[in-house]
Formats: sequence, C-alpha cells, structure tokens
Amino acid sequence: MSLLALDHITVRFQPKGKPEVTALDDVSLRVAHDTFAVIVGPSGCGKSTLLRLVAGLETPTSGSMTLDGQPIAGPSADRGMVFQSYTLFPWLSVRENVMFGPKLKGLAKAECEDIADDLIRAVGLSGFERSFPKELSGGMRQRVALARALANDPRILLMDEPFGALDSQTRQLMQELLLEVWQARRKTVLFITHDIDEAIILGDSVHVMTARPGRIKRSMSIDIPRPRNLDALTSTEFMQFKREILHLMHDEAVLAART
Amino acid sequence: MSTRSLFAPKVDIPRGASLALGTGSVAVLIGFWCLLTYGGFTPPDFLAAPDRVLAAGIKRIGDLSLFRHIGSSLTVILSGFLLASIPAVPLGILMGSFRAVQAAIEPITGFMRYIPVSALIPLLILWIGIGIEQKIMVIFLGTFFQQLILISDVSARVSKDLIDCAYTLGASRRQVVQRILFPACMPGVLDNLRVTMGWAWTYLVVAELVAADSGLGYMILNAMRGLFTDVILLGVFTIGVLGLITDFLFKLLRQRLLSWSADL
Repeated sequence: MSLLALDHITVRFQPKGKPEVTALDDVSLRVAHDTFAVIVGPSGCGKSTLLRLVAGLETPTSGSMTLDGQPIAGPSADRGMVFQSYTLFPWLSVRENVMFGPKLKGLAKAECEDIADDLIRAVGLSGFERSFPKELSGGMRQRVALARALANDPRILLMDEPFGALDSQTRQLMQELLLEVWQARRKTVLFITHDIDEAIILGDSVHVMTARPGRIKRSMSIDIPRPRNLDALTSTEFMQFKREILHLMHDEAVLAART
Repeated sequence: MSTRSLFAPKVDIPRGASLALGTGSVAVLIGFWCLLTYGGFTPPDFLAAPDRVLAAGIKRIGDLSLFRHIGSSLTVILSGFLLASIPAVPLGILMGSFRAVQAAIEPITGFMRYIPVSALIPLLILWIGIGIEQKIMVIFLGTFFQQLILISDVSARVSKDLIDCAYTLGASRRQVVQRILFPACMPGVLDNLRVTMGWAWTYLVVAELVAADSGLGYMILNAMRGLFTDVILLGVFTIGVLGLITDFLFKLLRQRLLSWSADL
C-alpha cells in the first residue's frame, strides 16, 4: 500500500473582484513507502499548492488525502517541509534551528543536541553548529533546512523547489547530497521542481503537471539505476525521459500561450 | 585615491573623507555662529556668543541646577516612553498579524495619529491637573499611537513562510506567536523604539509648557522671558546631546541583543 494517497483533489479559490480560479482539478496521486516522487510542471500549475495541501497548510475544496491511511488535517511534525525561500530562524544558531522540532516534542536537551549534531554532520556542516544563518551561504542554509526537517524524523519529506534559488553548481551538489541522505535514511520524499533534469536525476517516479487548471498529465517511473552518476545524465534512457517530459510541457506552454 | 567615489550614488567613501566632511560641516556652522556674534552682527539678547553659552553651562553645572533639570526631564520622558512602549510592543505585533486585532484597533490609531498632542493639553489639564502626570501623558500620547502603527507594520512584514515552516515542524499557534512572530519582530521593534524615542524628546518642551517648575523645557521657556539666549541655547544643546546619547544606547542595545539580525 502506498504511504501517501491523494484522491480527486480539487482546489478552487476566488480572488477579489476576479473570476474563480481552479488551481487543482481532480488530482489523484500515490506515493509509495521509501520512494522519491517528483512533481514537475511549469510555474503556476498549482504544484506548490499541491505540496502545501499535503503539508496541511491549505485545505482542498474537495477530495481526500491520507497518509498511511490516516486523513490529513492541518500541519504536523510527521510531514516535514523544506521551502524554496530561506526559512531558517535567523535568531537561532544552526544547532538550535535543527533542534527546533525535537525541542517542541519535549525531548531532553541532550537528546535534541545529539539528533541535531548527527544531522548537521550528515549534511556536511560540522563545525558550523554555532553559526547563525546570516553567516551561511544559500546552499548551506538549505542544507540546514533539510537537516531541520529531518530532525523530526517525519514520515514524508516535502520539498518545494528547495534548490530553485541556488546557482547550478551548488544545485548539483545539493542534489547529490540529498540523494545520499535519502539513501542512508530511507525516507519517502515528495519533491517539486520545474527543472526537468532535476526531476529525472532525483525521482523514482515523475509526475508531469499541466497548468490552468492544474492536473497531473502523466506519471512515469524512472527506472534508471542508482546511483545516477554523470554518465547516467547523458545516457539514452535519460534523454528519452527528458524528451518525453519536454514535449508534454511544451504542448502545454503552447496551449497556455494561445488562451 | 580617486575622488570619483564622492560623486557616485550609494558608493562607500573613505573613512577619512567621511570624518572630514562631518567635522567640516559642524565647523562651518560654529564658524558662522562666531562670525554673527563676535562680528557684532547680532545683539546678545538675539543670539548669545559661544563663550556666553559655555559660561552659562559651567555655572549651572557648578550649582547642579542643570542636573536637576535633566533629571526632571528624563523622569518625564522615560516614564512616558516606557508607559507607551510596554503595551505598544505586544499590541502592535498582534495588530500586524491578527486581522481581528487590526480591525478593532486600526480605526482608533488611524484617527489618533493625526491629532497634534498639543491640542489635547487643555483636556489633559482638566482631567489630570498640572502635575508630572500631565507631562508624562503628553509624552505617552505623542509616542503610543505612532509606535502601534510602526510596530504593526513590522509584524505584518514577517515572512509567512517562516510561520508556515514552524507549523510543519510541529509548532502550535501559540508557539508560533511566542517563538516565531515575537522574536522575528524584535529588530524592527527596537529600530522603531529608537525612532519614537527621538520623537519623545521633541515633545518634551510641549510637555513642560504648562506649569512646570523644573526640566529642560522649563529652563528654556523661563530663559525666554529674560531674553537669556545663552540659557536657551544651553537647554537646546543639552537636549540635543541627551538625544544623541539615548540614540547611541539604542544602537548599542541592538548590536548586543540582536547581533543575529542581518540588517543594521
């Protein structure tokens, strides 16, 4: 059975003085235990809304969402999220940021520190425990954000274009780091991006979304063996996936431009 | 060194140049003052010469009367300022982030911010008399509503992602307010307290306009009757220096307590 199940999710909202918008239209999605699922789509297709629904930060107009059979209602520590914007708490040190979730759970201070230091090491930031966010680069901040989300040991990790603001070299390193951490800790991940390469490199499954109204146009499993090294990026399989997704998204862009 | 940086917008200039420009402008002002007074262009009861002001200062430091006035003014300013700030900070933060609080308070603050404090003095005298309470109330009214509006702006600008992020880490609403909203507001709060402290000083003379028997504002107004321009200028300079000191203390506080904050 899959861990996350979304069934017939529709989200409509009414901007002031404008016609009603359908952000998501009858979206159904399954994410299996310990797999890496990626949603790729153009900007404005509602993919962020979808992730915020799973996080419990928004509620659907209709449809049902369950995690491990339990209905999702409101945010919770069992669904950790990494945002695109830098969301480290600037008044807390790196260690205190990572400890934030465990501390809320009421764990003993020593235990929180152990969890934090272990994760800080896992994301390669040992030595920066006492640094403050303003002293860190963008890539380092997102690594701390990843560690902080993992500190709660969530059942699913939600990532909303977390590397979108980084330069391409840093982005590539972050993807490798994320896969490393994911393989070591066996997490279920739901990852959002508009970068097709990123989707194929990371995903066990890739779901292509279309815009206005947001729908999942096609879901595919990416059966390129891991670890996906640099050779995999230029393999014919990779290119086939890329061509297919490009065409799906291009058709959409043409449609959107016409309307 | 090229002089080009002096004429380019938003480009740093050498520290020496900055220091020279600063002292230069002050020197020109003092020079102009000397020229007017020692040059005989203005009579002493119109503008006192620098040495007269210095002498007036030394005399009042010697008999401690200047310190009595400073103490009295500081009591009024600090009491009024604290009385305003202590409720304005939490209320302003809630007002900026809770629509219900905003809806309840905004009509009042929106109205009150345009009323000059001096217009309320007659009512204040009727209601609470002419003692120190009335003077403290003037400072309070002059700062409280402005603080509310400024701090609510700070609170409204706190990133929603920061708050959403705390929710996904398991924080309750109460924890989000206590552990995210309040600390996130602190740099902006301190900056605006610093600004409104400056305004509190400007209300001082208005506060001491009526039935005061001590204070720097009183000293200035009293000196006016005898055309003692040296004492007037002494009062003005003292207020300026005290204002600078409080401003510096706020800056120091900000650096010490909120060193994590990026912008300063």
